[in-house]
Amino acid sequence: MRSSNGTEGRARWRLRVYQAVLLALLLAAWYVLTSPTLLPPFYFSNPKQAAFLFGEPLEVAGRLWKWFASGEIYIHLWVTLVETLLAFAIGTILGVIFGLWLALSPTASAIFEPYITAANAMPRVILAPIFFIWFGLDIGSKVALGVTLVFFIVFFNVYQGVREVSPVVLANARMLGATRRQLLRHVYLPSAMSWVFASLHNSVGLAFVGAVVGEYLGSARGVGYLILQAEGVFDMNTVVAGVLLLTVFALILDGLVGLAERRLMVWQPRSGETERV
Amino acid sequence: MIPALALENVTCTFASREDPSRRYTAVRDTTLVVRAGEFVSVVGPTGCGKSTLLNVAAGLLAPSAGGVKVHGEPLGGVNARAGYMFQSEALMPWRNTLANVTAGLEFRGVGRAEAQARAREWLKRVGLGGFEDRYPHQLSGGMRKRVALAQMLILDPQILLMDEPFSALDIQTRQLMENELLELWSANRRSVVFITHDLEEAIALSDRVVVLSAGPASRPIGEFAVDLPRPRDVADVRLTPRFIELHTRIWGVMKEEVLKGYAQQQRH
Repeated sequence: MRSSNGTEGRARWRLRVYQAVLLALLLAAWYVLTSPTLLPPFYFSNPKQAAFLFGEPLEVAGRLWKWFASGEIYIHLWVTLVETLLAFAIGTILGVIFGLWLALSPTASAIFEPYITAANAMPRVILAPIFFIWFGLDIGSKVALGVTLVFFIVFFNVYQGVREVSPVVLANARMLGATRRQLLRHVYLPSAMSWVFASLHNSVGLAFVGAVVGEYLGSARGVGYLILQAEGVFDMNTVVAGVLLLTVFALILDGLVGLAERRLMVWQPRSGETERV
Repeated sequence: MIPALALENVTCTFASREDPSRRYTAVRDTTLVVRAGEFVSVVGPTGCGKSTLLNVAAGLLAPSAGGVKVHGEPLGGVNARAGYMFQSEALMPWRNTLANVTAGLEFRGVGRAEAQARAREWLKRVGLGGFEDRYPHQLSGGMRKRVALAQMLILDPQILLMDEPFSALDIQTRQLMENELLELWSANRRSVVFITHDLEEAIALSDRVVVLSAGPASRPIGEFAVDLPRPRDVADVRLTPRFIELHTRIWGVMKEEVLKGYAQQQRH
């Protein structure tokens, strides 16, 4: 057991090294290929063309440094994060409530089914202009956009999760004297939670999409707004810096979801787990 | 004396989901009476509607015709005086051992501290002291059955309904569990309906064995009192001449039905 853990640890460590090497190679290639002076121009006629189209890593790093050193990024980052988290929370809660409701009420499910399908099939980003009219250019419209993206993912997963509750577990809980409400709380909800968590990884990314696309289409603050501004003056370094920043924060949020999942879902067997007695 | 459980002329007909005009009768006109404190086994070939009968007794399934009486009162809804032990996994996988055993008390509004103390007591009684924090997937099949047993017995049901509860276990674990069940049962003699396809298990455990005919439209075709002395050891009792005599007699009735059931499965 111990020795297998050791091998596993070493294998994981080696994987991390390979991943770091790959990152370093990519950065180096980016640097070498975009530097106006390092290589003779072999594709573009103008030596500055590559840097103009792809940005330069040192410039991007400098831009990120300046953002944090001057503190000007915080208000934008804060706005984007608030929009994302609000969209994520509201969309998830609504998705769970509607998912439970429709899954447990065959009549409601039958009535709503075509409308849900239609709403899900609709490209919801085009709702953004409507949300601007309804909720203004502040965070409200971005949250609304994010909610429409998050809601359906969570909704369909909860719906599925409730329908796949083991009938035997359900019958057992009934025999143990559970009322309808206790069944909801102690059987349907926990059973659906594993599906919800699977969907949260997707939906946290989409909450970000909603916030940033919303900012991009019209706003006065937020990382999406910064990117839009930089794009207006063809400042590729700032665009790339904004994209990198968003990626890092999306990864952090995804990590937090993973952490919560491991905490709350201890009862689930992990793949390859052989802890039996 | 009023019987603990009485199924009276129960018929269960299911409509096919694809084609509602096609009907399947699992059980026809079956009467089964279980006295207070009696251990009754129901045996029959696979697919003969044994589980259907048990679900009717549990109130999980309403019969198409006939009725159920529990201690003389007609049953409506889930049978609150009965405990049910299922053939397949029925523990809540998101609850650890302790929380699974306390579930029934929790649903009935018993305080947390009291429920946990009683659950610990029961876990010790089924030999799982120290496993309170394990989740079902961390336990072996035999251990999960013990948890299910404790989960049912902690509510002290007056009727125990058991649907091939040990059929998934290996033969040694199975005999251990059977002996433990007999020991727990003999402490306060509740009524038991034990479903099995294993005739030896049925004779070793029961006071009475009821043989069902092959499906569709199963019905009881024989009843045999088992007069083996108690307490019994399920492994030893199989070697006694009386056991073998009973087995020969009951098997004589059952054999034909098993062959019929087998032939039907081949056709499907």
